[in-house]
Amino acid sequence: MAHTGRRDAPELPDFSLLKRLARDQLIYLLEQLPGKKDLFIDADLMSLLDRIANVTTLKQHEVDKLYKVELKPIVSTSDQLCFLIRPRIQTVKWIADIVNSDKASGRFRRYKIIFTPQKFYACETVLEEQGVYGDVTTDEWAFYLLPLDDDIISLELPEFFRDNFLEGDQRWVTTAGSALRLVYSLYGPFSKVYGIGRCAKMVYESWRDQVEDGEQKARQPEIGNVFLIDRDVDFVTPLCSQVVYEGLVDDIFRIKCGSVEFGPEVTSSDKSLKVMVNSQDKVFNEIRNEHFSNVFGFLSQKARNLQTAYDKRRGMDIQQMKTFVSEELKGLKQEHRLLSLHIGASECIMKKKTKQDFQELLKTEHSLLEGFEVRECISFIEEHINRQVRQHKQSKTIVSYGIEHLLTFANLKQIGLLVEQQPGETLTVMESKVGKLVNDKTAGKLTDAFSSLAKKSNFRALSKRLVLIPKSGEEYDLRVPRDMAYIFSGAYIPLSCKLIEQVLERDGWTGLEEVTRMLNGHEFAVTGPPQDHCRTDPQRIILVMFLGGCTYSEISALRFLGREKGYKFIVLTTAITNSARLLEALLDNHA
Amino acid sequence: MTRPKPEDDEYWNSSKFSAFTFDDEDDEFTKMKESKRAVNSMLVDDDDDDDDVEKVSWSGEPIGSKPNFTHSFLLLQYTLAYAPELRKPKSECKDYMSDWSPEETVRRMRKGKVFSLERFRSLQEKLLLLDEAVSENDGNVITAVLIYLKKSLSKEILFRELMLREIALRHYVHYLKEMGEQKLLVELMKALGRTDDMALMQYKEHLNIKDEGQRRDFLKNCLSLPFSQDDAIHVQDHYTLLERQIIIEANDKRGDAEIFKKFPRKASILNMPIITTLYYSCFYHYGESDVSTLTISEKQYILTALGARAKLKSWFDVDSLFNTKNWLGYTKKRSPIGFHRVVDILQKNNAPVQVLQEYMNLIDDPELKLSLAQKYKCHDIVIDTYRDLKDRQQLIVYRGKVERGSKEDKKIEELLCNMQIRWKN
Repeated sequence: MAHTGRRDAPELPDFSLLKRLARDQLIYLLEQLPGKKDLFIDADLMSLLDRIANVTTLKQHEVDKLYKVELKPIVSTSDQLCFLIRPRIQTVKWIADIVNSDKASGRFRRYKIIFTPQKFYACETVLEEQGVYGDVTTDEWAFYLLPLDDDIISLELPEFFRDNFLEGDQRWVTTAGSALRLVYSLYGPFSKVYGIGRCAKMVYESWRDQVEDGEQKARQPEIGNVFLIDRDVDFVTPLCSQVVYEGLVDDIFRIKCGSVEFGPEVTSSDKSLKVMVNSQDKVFNEIRNEHFSNVFGFLSQKARNLQTAYDKRRGMDIQQMKTFVSEELKGLKQEHRLLSLHIGASECIMKKKTKQDFQELLKTEHSLLEGFEVRECISFIEEHINRQVRQHKQSKTIVSYGIEHLLTFANLKQIGLLVEQQPGETLTVMESKVGKLVNDKTAGKLTDAFSSLAKKSNFRALSKRLVLIPKSGEEYDLRVPRDMAYIFSGAYIPLSCKLIEQVLERDGWTGLEEVTRMLNGHEFAVTGPPQDHCRTDPQRIILVMFLGGCTYSEISALRFLGREKGYKFIVLTTAITNSARLLEALLDNHA
Repeated sequence: MTRPKPEDDEYWNSSKFSAFTFDDEDDEFTKMKESKRAVNSMLVDDDDDDDDVEKVSWSGEPIGSKPNFTHSFLLLQYTLAYAPELRKPKSECKDYMSDWSPEETVRRMRKGKVFSLERFRSLQEKLLLLDEAVSENDGNVITAVLIYLKKSLSKEILFRELMLREIALRHYVHYLKEMGEQKLLVELMKALGRTDDMALMQYKEHLNIKDEGQRRDFLKNCLSLPFSQDDAIHVQDHYTLLERQIIIEANDKRGDAEIFKKFPRKASILNMPIITTLYYSCFYHYGESDVSTLTISEKQYILTALGARAKLKSWFDVDSLFNTKNWLGYTKKRSPIGFHRVVDILQKNNAPVQVLQEYMNLIDDPELKLSLAQKYKCHDIVIDTYRDLKDRQQLIVYRGKVERGSKEDKKIEELLCNMQIRWKN
């Protein structure tokens, strides 16, 4: 059911190299501390590490016991401790405490801290201040890029969003620049770099400076064009409810580093199952970008085909059976297994979404996007979150969902998602999203409606100017989508993807001045040195770098765009995000 | 840069610093010569003869022009930092002898090379350094410079300067948050005049207090902080609520009362949000405690109480929620939330048909009433509504949906035969 692309679509580069490089680097670093050692890993890095070097590999390099970093006293008895961590002050303090308590009890050990992807000066200062700078060795594991699939690469830095856009801390700018630099050196050189957003500009400049300093071997480029975009250029899209299969799986089950854990309600047994969800899963690959309404139909068709294939063996003789068993059966069994998993998952999704009156939620969301029926939407929202329209909208959700969210609202204000409403104006729907997270059990019926509030009036204007809301006249056939709006049931074309489409079409920002003005500028388009090859393929491979995270829905939309226009998009993101994680990043309900 | 005097060369040529040849035209070595001359003059002269000696800084300029290094410090710096380097070959020395301007330093920091910030001692240079770091956009470097400034500037001066530098300020605030320097943060917010942020920051500390009694006391103290008006209300509520919860929890923990045996508690009521607490109260302690002091809207109250009482199937209590006396003294049913909503909740709690119908009849909008009645199979209401709408066609259609010979069927038949009704179709 996956729509076939144009036959002239270019081939994607091979990103498995990135994993090999990372693995080799890590092993080298581990060997710098020869002998048996215990390894402590940051919780955030565990899934990532699983993709690069599994437990067996680590044990082969003299790692004895593996522990997760928990900010508590350790029980390890090893004489050599190795810590693989993100450069966070809290973690470094904890390590310093370990060293100091060892010193106090007269225990001698060797300590090695491996910061990834890099260390920060603030971390070193902590070591110095705690008097342990001379007692530990520090290293950097320059691991920037984790390929999650053929066309998705992630930096696995979900903190990028909060640090950069909420705290205003530019610590990860150079990191992003270095990630881009790595892509450039392995798959470049790039012909054109486009971008929009303050952070995008800074990352571009960082990349450019790094490239100027270093050397670039002359090579045939595999990626021709790059587009950098800040998350805060489009907050609306990630907050929309996802309805493409991959997005739903992420929303309901949480996809971590390209794999997901399906519980007993999906596996129809008493065990959970962890599976990779990527293009290797043939069943998944066909339904991942599909609108959910198509998924059941597709899966049942597949089930019927499978049954037919199995039934073939009825009329077989011994010889044929042998061939069947040795060649086909394994594949069929595999397909069967995957099929039942995804059917189970789909049923689960249906159940959960029905419970939430999903249809109603979507309708409300779409209306809000369109700007119509706002009053009805309001009453729907109101009743679901038990509030009444009042001047200061902040109060209501706090009252409903816990006073600790007072702090979260301060954050939402900071980031521009929440503004004091003028009297008589309509709802600040961000709060409803927050409420959903906070107390999902009691507020299960919350609507996912929203609007991009700081730019509220701008969003309307933007959507008009870019025609983000398709005409609602004719029926929208979700089985044969005609534009990117299918990822939101035909209601809305994601702003981020539309911008990318337009800029690529116009080879720049000409004609989009009005749009960029509404998005606070910082747009750029730079052409690199002319290439002397005549291959056009790389020009049609575009790397889109999302700074602050991107959703599976946007990835599906870009895949669609690629198929339409003969491009291939590679999504490079600081992390895969969704509405829950985006808002969670702003929650201040824990110390 | 002045050329060295010839007589100096002799001194140096014969000294132990013979690693260098003085024929180099390299600027760096020219500088070095100047430095050596300065050091030489320092080693020889006493302080009393200061006026005769030309004091020279590393860049070769006379010290008098810049309020920079003192003699002794110059010597100290030289000996500690550079003396060993003199023995190194020229190529390595280049790194340590390059231009140490703020721009160069920041560039080195960005690339992870060795650098030294201690040389920037004047306020002017420190600020240049900070501004340069900010213009290079690398947060890691900006924070590193700020760490140095924190160590080497009084907080009043630092705060004053940060007030004019928004990006640097943001990095500094984030750094202090991560380091847990609560006290300093509060002072900073105060200095910036951001009193409500300051109050919020202090309030946030409550998240670190595990014991509810201590947390309540902490919140009580927070009440006097300069919150914005709206925030103040919420903090007050938070305190009141927690105080209430502690009392309730103490009583209910034992679970003696009948109701707890029938509907055991799923969790402690401590630290639960207002609505949850309200629901709990309406469920377990209806009519007892008074939650009206908390900031809850009528709608919120009704919905929550309705949910709780419906769960317990106390239809009588549900009824009294909606009863109001109008000015004539008659009891009338009124709801701040739509009655369709009430019906939904009742239905989810398996309310008996009579109860459902009673509330369904209160729905104003006939379309809505119809759809709900049909959904929940309240035939009487459907029939009555069609009768009220004088819609004969629909009534005929609906007859097909009821059981033949049932009383609904008979009712429809009666209505259809009724000549007095002026059907519209």
